[in-house]
Amino acid sequence: MHRRTLLQGTGLALAAPRLALAQSNARTLRFVPQGNLANIDPVWTTTTLARNHGLMVYDTLFGLGRDFQPKPQMAAGHEVSADGLVHAITLRPDLRFHDGAPVLARDCIASIARWSKRDVLGQRLAALLEEMRVKADDSFEIVLKKPWPGLAWALGKPSANICAIMPERIAQTDPFTQITDYVGSGPFRFRRSQWVPGSMAAYERFPGYVARDEPADFLAGGKVAYFDRVEWHVMPDPATAAAALQNNEVDWWETPLADLLPVLRGNRDIAIEVVNTAGALAMIRFNHLHPPFDKPEVRRALLPAVEQTAFMQAALGEDNALWQVPAGAFTPGTPLANGVGMEAVAGPRDPEAAKRALAAAGYKGEPVVILSPTDFPTINALSEVAADTLRRAGMKVDLQSMDWGTLVQRRAKREAPAQGGWNIFCTTWEGLDVSVPGSHQPIRGNGAQGWIGWSTSPRREALREAWFDAPDQGAERKITEELQALVWEEAPFIPLGLLRPPQAFRRSLTNIVTGGPPLFWNVRRG
Amino acid sequence: MFAYAVRRVLATIPVMAIVALFVFSLLYIAPGDPAAVIAGDQATPQDVERIRASLGLDRPFLIRFGEWVWNILNGDMGVSIFTNLPVTTMIQQRIEPTVSLMVLTLCLAVSIAVPMGVIAAWKQGSWIDRAVMGFAVLGFSVPVFVVGYVLAYIFALELDWLPVQGYTAFREGFFPWLENLILPAIALGGVYIALIARITRATMLEVLQQDYIRTARAKGAGQRNILFLHALKNAAVPIVTVIGIGIALLIGGAVVTESVFAIPGLGRLTVDAILRRDYPVIQGVVLLFSFVYVLVNLLIDLAYTLFDPRIRY
Repeated sequence: MHRRTLLQGTGLALAAPRLALAQSNARTLRFVPQGNLANIDPVWTTTTLARNHGLMVYDTLFGLGRDFQPKPQMAAGHEVSADGLVHAITLRPDLRFHDGAPVLARDCIASIARWSKRDVLGQRLAALLEEMRVKADDSFEIVLKKPWPGLAWALGKPSANICAIMPERIAQTDPFTQITDYVGSGPFRFRRSQWVPGSMAAYERFPGYVARDEPADFLAGGKVAYFDRVEWHVMPDPATAAAALQNNEVDWWETPLADLLPVLRGNRDIAIEVVNTAGALAMIRFNHLHPPFDKPEVRRALLPAVEQTAFMQAALGEDNALWQVPAGAFTPGTPLANGVGMEAVAGPRDPEAAKRALAAAGYKGEPVVILSPTDFPTINALSEVAADTLRRAGMKVDLQSMDWGTLVQRRAKREAPAQGGWNIFCTTWEGLDVSVPGSHQPIRGNGAQGWIGWSTSPRREALREAWFDAPDQGAERKITEELQALVWEEAPFIPLGLLRPPQAFRRSLTNIVTGGPPLFWNVRRG
Repeated sequence: MFAYAVRRVLATIPVMAIVALFVFSLLYIAPGDPAAVIAGDQATPQDVERIRASLGLDRPFLIRFGEWVWNILNGDMGVSIFTNLPVTTMIQQRIEPTVSLMVLTLCLAVSIAVPMGVIAAWKQGSWIDRAVMGFAVLGFSVPVFVVGYVLAYIFALELDWLPVQGYTAFREGFFPWLENLILPAIALGGVYIALIARITRATMLEVLQQDYIRTARAKGAGQRNILFLHALKNAAVPIVTVIGIGIALLIGGAVVTESVFAIPGLGRLTVDAILRRDYPVIQGVVLLFSFVYVLVNLLIDLAYTLFDPRIRY
């Protein structure tokens, strides 16, 4: 054998595995999610990751378009009776589950029934529901006790919990128990055997999925999968994820740390873009059960001291393309966002005015306990600015740092701060959740039955109820304007701005669907 | 010897029982509620209570502990609260990367540190000795994650020789396996090398002063024979002890190293479980680590007899 032939042969042999890997990578999308996919039942849990997983594996009857309006997805059509009480839904032909079985009306009814026991809008449906009945294999009716124009929106909303359509046998699982069978209806099939929680989750394109013959339109339109395989690689360390992206070991990183953005921007193969344009609304949440924030005057007194820009800069840096202020009670940029009373958080800030207002409201220097999660950098930054804001307004602050797991338990305590309770925590809500009153938990006023903080306000509850009955968007807008005015008056929470954290991906990826969570249809390489 | 080994194995039972009680009690009193984490922000207090009841977290401590011990004795470590997977499955998924990392680190560290320590003792006071001691100080002082980042930057990002992260199973080939593990092993091994090198040097210095070394020299034994045959063998007991104690360092360091290099091992499983208050997983992994540590100490005790025939139990 000639020396040159031998060298060529050896070179090819050594290169073969890498060439094979490169070819396989071309058909595989490697994604770094925001955290660990620890559970995979999008009805059982409200975690964002389970929701994102759910959007891959399960289809929904309706999907929101980029205009945030519901459009038929699995549904071929949707007819509402003249009295608004009967919603007749017909399924598209040839819909199949991942085990090959056809999607039938009874599967949809069982799925809606399970979802309605866990989701906030689902519970609304359960309260209004007269019955759900099968009309044929491909059609069913939802009969209500009173009209609810928002039903299609609720069935298609992407915020947790999503109304995932599962086979009837799976959907009959108790909603408080996790499912153990992962047969779905969406464009990707979950490979449970390859799932290593905390490390990797793998999905394969489901060849039996019939996409709508339309262009992709956020969660509506054609969900065409161009990758044979999608892998979620969990990387808890941001520096590692950044290095892996630069080294072409992964294609897409959902939550690049703000501090690492300059490094990534310096790499010509990497794009930094806002994919989730609905973002997340940051806020200060008060505990309404204990002094000093049991008085609306005290909560309201802080408004002149709140500098939304400072919160946003602390969270995401100085690039104002990544956040939006001023922000009111509803997600800026969505149809119901409005400008009522925005001077409460916009314009010149005046901590001295806040100090005077606090004194007038009867604040006596009680220590204010702020809970701060050190393992969530964004929320930790918001908490630190909140502590500084309160100090500038003359409050005595006890900023307590802990991990998120402890914080979640601590904030559920209703005892006084001195007995292990709390006064304030900062958090973020997905923009789509807080874009309408129905799924907007912080705006609710249902007291002990409500979200952490236990705000009581019959007026806000009445307005929320009225929103459900609103006949059109004009009426909805009027209601949300009144609600926002009430938020400034009663201050159940203080909005801090809209965070639009960017995502980083290799420029070889194109046609990423923007608008909300990371979606894996329509995106392709090259 | 056999009777001693049996006695030591039996002695691990009360140790493990105490560890089990300790781990279970610690989690019982630790803050954090998995039911609240699972329920999410939209849950009502009733939902949280219902989830807590479905997980069995509302039952008395002693009943839960008794059930857990009984299940462990039957080979059942329970089911993860979050993933709904058996804890044994989760440990099986994660054990190979951690064992691989620790074994490779151990081999690297021993094969580098022991000769370093021997040579430093032999050349006491020379620049070699100072360099070895300087490296040891550096190894102790620089945190694992800093070494990890620096190595990844140089060898993965700048030179493009090695991957930044991940793990390839051994069954897919030795070189792909090594390619993923070499940087983590070096990063994790730094402190271990420093520890073993220092102990080896100190022990060797003491042994090299002994009369039998002088006798060996007088009889014309070569330097290599003196160092590695006569001196090192007699210095082995404290070195082996430190290697054993260092396993705990490796277990602790593996948690950080696995995070920095995104290796799906037991260290990361532990951290994830702690952050989520996934009690069955925390209990299972801590019990496993404790068992490994007890076992390693047992093996080291038994190894003493190999290095020093005078030791009899």
